Amino acid sequence: MSIDFCGLKLAHPVINGSGTFDAIAAGDVFGSALRESFPFAAYVSKTITVKARAGNPPPRLWETGAGMINSIGLPNKGVDAYMRDDLPRLTGLRCAEVQDGGPPAPVPVITNVMGSTVQEISHLLGACDAAPEIEAIELNVSCPNVKTGLDIGADPAQLREVVQAVRPLTAKPLIVKLTPNTADVSLCARAAQDAGADAVSLINTLRAMALAPADGATPRTRWLGGGTGGLSGPAIRAVALAQVAAVAGAVGIPVIGMGGVQSAAHARDLLDAGATLVAVGTESFRDPAVGTRIARGLCTP
Amino acid sequence: MSAAPFGRRALTVASVEQVGAYHLLELADPDGPEPRAGQFAMLACTEEWGGGQDERPFLPRAISIARHRGGRAQFLLEAVGPGSARLCAVKEGESVWALGPLGNGFTAPAEGRSPILVGGGVGIAPLMILQDQLAGACTVLLGFRGSNHAAGAGLLTGAQVATDDGSAGHHGTVTEMLERELAGDRKAEVYACGPAGMLESVRALCERSGTPVQLALEAPMACGFGACYGCVVPRRGGGYLRVCVEGPVISGSELAAVDEHAGAPA
Repeated sequence: MSIDFCGLKLAHPVINGSGTFDAIAAGDVFGSALRESFPFAAYVSKTITVKARAGNPPPRLWETGAGMINSIGLPNKGVDAYMRDDLPRLTGLRCAEVQDGGPPAPVPVITNVMGSTVQEISHLLGACDAAPEIEAIELNVSCPNVKTGLDIGADPAQLREVVQAVRPLTAKPLIVKLTPNTADVSLCARAAQDAGADAVSLINTLRAMALAPADGATPRTRWLGGGTGGLSGPAIRAVALAQVAAVAGAVGIPVIGMGGVQSAAHARDLLDAGATLVAVGTESFRDPAVGTRIARGLCTP
Repeated sequence: MSAAPFGRRALTVASVEQVGAYHLLELADPDGPEPRAGQFAMLACTEEWGGGQDERPFLPRAISIARHRGGRAQFLLEAVGPGSARLCAVKEGESVWALGPLGNGFTAPAEGRSPILVGGGVGIAPLMILQDQLAGACTVLLGFRGSNHAAGAGLLTGAQVATDDGSAGHHGTVTEMLERELAGDRKAEVYACGPAGMLESVRALCERSGTPVQLALEAPMACGFGACYGCVVPRRGGGYLRVCVEGPVISGSELAAVDEHAGAPA
């Protein structure tokens, strides 16, 4: 069951999606035993930026049929405080046993970063490269370019340019988290591969919006404080499967598949479509222990 | 206080009792730790959760623990949307997913201060367990829309009631009653839960009179354990507080105002 992913040895193929599980908060709520029975085989941090961000004003959530829209706005304490305060608390996690035998496997830390310029991304990659606790880096490219206003990851040429510029800054595995909000995600995946990415992960949330309940006022106001947000959950599962299959057919590097996974059968679909790892996000909001249940289900034929 | 068990657990519905406009749901929870007053659980039915109005609900609902006795947890519910409506419709013997107890509860009153409990509507729920845990004399002021809702006042001991329509108790708001109490008693500590407008009036009143106040907030949540960052309210002086892990009980001094979305259903 153990998996080699870009040189990282993982106990099983189920990890968390960035921003959907806070190992520090969860340890405070559920107790330190969680550190010895972590529900994921690797821990992906929420997105870290150069400077601290407070996040978007509330409301930040809207429930949809079989899903949710979030407009959180990537709150985080900034890279310096992350390295100083959080990273020491994220090391030494052990994966919950999914099969009998063997000592509990270590849970490598994958740090997710986002910048709006090559300079910012370079700074973040340099900091991650220098931190021995970080075993891989995931680059969130769903961020508007400060000059063009376009999401860096939505345009294959721009994506290639940015990844090419920062790739030499680290020898650690570099995962590019693709955005689904683009014309052809496999062109973006190929651009990331050509620029030297070691892996790609998808899908991020789909851009979505909700209007506040009609109260007679015109124009109608948007519900979410951030205006728009990202749709996740079972509602996007079939979209994710199509995009993962397209990308896995277009690139030779490993693919992390995610989007609406709630069960081992859903995870199996993504693996059979060509993913090497599966990430769980929204479902672990509903049940924080679901990662272990899915991994155990994958072990059972 | 022990940590919440990791992962949701399926609990059997022991009873459902109608109390005026509310449903009092009792779940058998033999393995759940003793909660602190003000804590909550994330609840969802194990069957037919989804497929209601707008194909919802999807996320579990954050519900205050109203009582916890003899291995049974009680929750006070009012059907205000697809999630609460589904929870109100459960039958004895069905099972409900529960995650918790979660969040920071109320803290005991400071030395020499006497507690005043102020509740509005379904927000009386955490004051029930608070009254159990305080186990001493406290003043209880509860506000409701009308007499059907005011039936909930019987769930606490010695409550003074206000109704919007005057059909029971004082014709007016619970904050008017609180104002009178505070005018006569400068050594109080206030514990409040209810709609956002009521909480803001209580907060402002307590600030003016220099009375410490603990506010039990409510917010739509995806997770309830600090992962999603969806349930924030603005903090006094900048930034945000997560209602799930920095609350739901937050000192009035932490807030410049109670966010309009951070109260119980009115």
